[in-house]
Amino acid sequence: MNTSGQDSQYSGYNFAYLDEQTKRMIRRALLKAVAIPGYQVPFGGREMPMPYGWGTGGMQLTASILGANDVLKVIDQGADDTTNAVSIRTFFERVAHVETTTRTEAASVIQTRHRIPEKALSKGQILVYQVPIPEPLRFIEPSEEETRVMHALEEYGVMHVKLYEDIARHGHIATTYAYPVKVDERYVMDPSPIPKFDNPKLNMSDALMLFGAGREKRLYAIPPYTRVKSLDFEDHPFEIQAWDTPCELCGATDSFLDEVITDDQGGRMFVCSDTDYCQNRREEVA
Amino acid sequence: MKRPQLKRPALLDARNITRLYGPNQGCQDIDFTLHQGEVLGIVGESGSGKSTLLRVLSGLEAPDEGQVIYHSTQQASAAAGSATENLDLYAIGEARRRALLRMEWGLVHQNPRDGLRLGVSAGANVGERLMALGQRHYGDLRAAGQDWMERVELDPRRIDDAPRTFSGGMQQRLQIARTLVTQPRLVFMDEPTGGLDVSVQARLLDMLRTLTRELGLSVILVTHDLAVARLLAHRLMVMRQGRVVEAGLTDQILDDPQHPYTQLLVSSVLTP
Repeated sequence: MNTSGQDSQYSGYNFAYLDEQTKRMIRRALLKAVAIPGYQVPFGGREMPMPYGWGTGGMQLTASILGANDVLKVIDQGADDTTNAVSIRTFFERVAHVETTTRTEAASVIQTRHRIPEKALSKGQILVYQVPIPEPLRFIEPSEEETRVMHALEEYGVMHVKLYEDIARHGHIATTYAYPVKVDERYVMDPSPIPKFDNPKLNMSDALMLFGAGREKRLYAIPPYTRVKSLDFEDHPFEIQAWDTPCELCGATDSFLDEVITDDQGGRMFVCSDTDYCQNRREEVA
Repeated sequence: MKRPQLKRPALLDARNITRLYGPNQGCQDIDFTLHQGEVLGIVGESGSGKSTLLRVLSGLEAPDEGQVIYHSTQQASAAAGSATENLDLYAIGEARRRALLRMEWGLVHQNPRDGLRLGVSAGANVGERLMALGQRHYGDLRAAGQDWMERVELDPRRIDDAPRTFSGGMQQRLQIARTLVTQPRLVFMDEPTGGLDVSVQARLLDMLRTLTRELGLSVILVTHDLAVARLLAHRLMVMRQGRVVEAGLTDQILDDPQHPYTQLLVSSVLTP
């Protein structure tokens, strides 16, 4: 990471917006997070020039790890062309002057909201998640003091109370996103609001995964090649979503599909949520 | 011929427990032994330190002085087999203490809303302690839930209903089922019949008496109601201003009270 101090095209801003001391502090917290997979490390979150909930946690992490030679990709719900993705990408183009891309395989750092790219990530890539609520135990135990003790003592029985309740009400585990996982057989972690479709991609991944929650000022990590197991019951095993139809644009049957409403007559179509993946497949066919 | 065991082994020792919030506020110099299968009642007026003592005994609050010794028979160590192990409750560390509370002990609150998770169904409430012990089979958890609802005389068809749709007496039964599902050896009860009307109280007491006998539970029961104490407790401790003023067999204390305060307490009972 050769962060050269002042070569931003906007004078007055440090490289990648944050000052060097802040980046150093976040990198120290990241090292701790990588050393204890799944453990939530508090950090001194800074104000970013955008509201909480738009990805301030992910942006602070990206700003801290970005070097001048990095290639950045930003996705929002899998797409490179939605508002959040476009504005964060433009932000880093301006304040860090780094190269950006929409191609998954060409990126060295990918900041994401809600999805993991369909194309398998490779060694050396870093995936940065924007996390709204980092604490998986919160819905059942509102006390922060208590949840920390529960993490420390591995008291994770209550996580299954939630899954039990799902089955009792709906007949199956109805949690479809932010599906809790156990990292390296130790910490229960909320994998940010990714669909459970993406949970298997967390397991033994080649890439480094970093999670940043800006409002709550916590970050956590999954180092490459870490075991990540989705919680389930013996007689109700973990399953991912499946669709009856392939993507109507590229015909993929193995990707996560979004339902798009096309008119007010009830017309709808299912298309890949990962725009880069869909685009590549269509180019291959053409 | 099998003879009944006359000298039952001790389960819990309280040694000179003192926990004071101010002069005469709290409990002081409490010393007793609870044996296996015994129901010990703690009676006294409000402010006499009953609840403070219960909090100290059940691991929720450290005493200023004294020790709580629990004689555990559960897998003391791999080699020792079934040998008992004496655990000093406030010296074993938080992890061990919480594990003990979760697995071998139970706590029934006066207000069932304190002991239940109101956001999830009755079945999830009953199954929680089993899940904490590592049970991961939905069908088994559900069967255990229904079985225990039946044992506390709740309709097992209501297993998916939220506890808030239950009446006060039913919530208390649910709390008891949730506590007893892991078959603890020692249960602490804080006014289990408080706030219930007389006929509901009677049925609940009847059920508690049956369950403690069937499961061979040891119970420490805090109550201000002498009728409840007479029905459930084998032995009584009478507390006043943080101290035990009289202790002995329940019938002996209630029929022949020696201490002036106990005499006052017994003579104040209303009889219809």
